[in-house]
Amino acid sequence: MPEVVIDKVHKSFGPLEVLKGVSLTVDKGGVTALIGRSGSGKSTLLRCVNGLERIQSGTITIAGHTVSADKAALRQLRKDVGIVFQSYNLFPHLSVGANIMLAPRIVKGVTGAETRRIAEEVLALVGMPEKFGAYPDELSGGQQQRVAIARSLAMRPKVMLFDEVTSALDPELTGEVLAVMENLARQGMTMLLVTHEMGFARRVAGVTVFMHQGRVHESGPSATLFAHPATPELAQFIKSDIK
Amino acid sequence: MIFRSFGWSEIWFIVQSVQWTLILTALGLVGGGIAGFFLALARVSPATWLRIAAGTYIQIVQGIPVLMILFLSFYGLSLMGYQLPPLVAAGISMTIYVSGYLGEIWRGSIQSVPKPQWEGSASLAMTRAQQFRYVILPQALRLSLPSTVGFAVQVVKNTSIASLIGFVELARAGQLINNSTFQPFRVFMVVAALYFAICYPLSRLSRRMERRLHARSGH
Repeated sequence: MPEVVIDKVHKSFGPLEVLKGVSLTVDKGGVTALIGRSGSGKSTLLRCVNGLERIQSGTITIAGHTVSADKAALRQLRKDVGIVFQSYNLFPHLSVGANIMLAPRIVKGVTGAETRRIAEEVLALVGMPEKFGAYPDELSGGQQQRVAIARSLAMRPKVMLFDEVTSALDPELTGEVLAVMENLARQGMTMLLVTHEMGFARRVAGVTVFMHQGRVHESGPSATLFAHPATPELAQFIKSDIK
Repeated sequence: MIFRSFGWSEIWFIVQSVQWTLILTALGLVGGGIAGFFLALARVSPATWLRIAAGTYIQIVQGIPVLMILFLSFYGLSLMGYQLPPLVAAGISMTIYVSGYLGEIWRGSIQSVPKPQWEGSASLAMTRAQQFRYVILPQALRLSLPSTVGFAVQVVKNTSIASLIGFVELARAGQLINNSTFQPFRVFMVVAALYFAICYPLSRLSRRMERRLHARSGH
């Protein structure tokens, strides 16, 4: 039963067509990794999935919602779909706890005591229960990213999107973030992630999609795809990653 | 003709007039702050006509001397039959003047909040109003403080034009005392010193806020 259905999506920035009819599905509880060179359209695709970018044609359904330009419908969709960005995007004027509690309180109307309980729960989940009162600029990049994940999880999303969440991190900090994501995958969260971490995609994602020049060039079970790439482009891409 | 001497009672008269300079400054900052807040919101609105209307207003206010705003509201409105007391005319003029500048200063602060903050809050299903209220404006406020306090210094000094419609604030009090003592250098030294005593701490405060802001953002 697919939780995410992307069907023949076209997207252009001015004259530049970045998505040329992309179709893919993610099963409920499944993890799909989008890989490919920069400029292949994978990040744009992810941003289209929660309506941050407008698509020109095609349809996207996710967690029972259809992506449209309607603002109210988009807000309903975003209540069920979390996204984590490369640049964390924490609110710098709020403490870690306040960052996490804000949206559940004002968007979903959850009461104060309950938001507090949720915040403590999701912070524990990302391994940072002691940072409730800290401010974002007192944290390392890896910690900020884990808070960003916790902030998304506090909305109780049905699907999580991850947009190159470890690309801005020093190598020694990527592990702690990937561990949180792997844990989330094991708990059955439906996830669609753009990543440059080939090892992670191979190990954690059931399905990997290789994007090339705005199209799905090759996709399949990660184990097969990485072991036996069918196209020379993917073979080349995997080889260039093993430096 | 005998002039009065420039003694303590004359100095006291001038010192007392400081309250009217401060009241006029406060009127301008409160009235202009409220109007400027909505102008700033209009300037970043998705509605084109609102942006253009607010932008035109700001261009006009910034493009004419404060003195003309004052004369227009004092003499212009009296020609139309509205006889405004000098305090009201001066208060309205300062409000118009301040709104035109704060509107633009605050527009800049709102737009200085990084775009990812909009995307991050939108992705948490917030409405535009919620994004402003909880995410964008608190950050814009912090960014705007140094330049807002810096601009308050200009407002203090520009209240002196109210003397031209006979409103007795600090500058006008100096003129009155000078007319009866004819000690212009001493009188206006005292007046200038009082303006400086108000403005200098504000300038210092503005600069300190600016340094703190940079220290934090550079972190």
